[in-house]
Amino acid sequence: MPVRIQEADFDVGNELADLCRADPRIGALASFVGLVRDVSDGDGVSEMSLEHYPGMTEKALAEIVDEALQRWSLIDALVIHRVGRLLPGERIVLVAAAAAHRAEAFAACEFIMDYLKTRAPFWKRELTATGGRWVEAREEDDRAAERWRQPAG
Amino acid sequence: MLSILYFASVRERLGRSAEELALPAGVTDVASLIRHLGQRGGDWENLARIRNLRCAVNQQMVSLDSPIADGDELAFFPPVTGG
Repeated sequence: MPVRIQEADFDVGNELADLCRADPRIGALASFVGLVRDVSDGDGVSEMSLEHYPGMTEKALAEIVDEALQRWSLIDALVIHRVGRLLPGERIVLVAAAAAHRAEAFAACEFIMDYLKTRAPFWKRELTATGGRWVEAREEDDRAAERWRQPAG
Repeated sequence: MLSILYFASVRERLGRSAEELALPAGVTDVASLIRHLGQRGGDWENLARIRNLRCAVNQQMVSLDSPIADGDELAFFPPVTGG
């Protein structure tokens, strides 16, 4: 299953090794790891909690991965996203794209991340010295996803 | 019946995470459902005014003019912020 939602942490090295071991045609593996920062909009963040829409999240991510597999002739891809309570420095997300050559792997990894940011139903709430607050969506994330749009047909 | 879910800041504002609702007469799309829910008054009146309110029907993100039918699963939530 190329998409996993879980509370537990993941081992990046093991996950990437498993992905590559499955298919010797893989010559390039690009990966991205997102982490909880201890600062947001100038305020210290002591904790973050991630909410999601069970069912829809898995579907949305599977659709994004499917589109990437088709657009870049990927050999395989992987998305692991954590939910629940996370502390600064902890891993939030791992995206990996495996292809024969690097150009496809780099592009697909960035595409999956950009679409995840704007289409997968996750919501972050951060705890600062003044209390909890929901993280606002950023316009630059919309623009990043917009780059990948293809003309219809 | 409609199954309606509320997430994140929308859930907090309404004080509710889920409900079952018999499809109200005259409700044919997401926008008319939002108007119907607004008749409850209080925080529900503000649902239509939530900036960038997002909606999913049967777990697909849709625009507010999308049709809905008996048996659908709806969800209301703010723009997503994962990753």
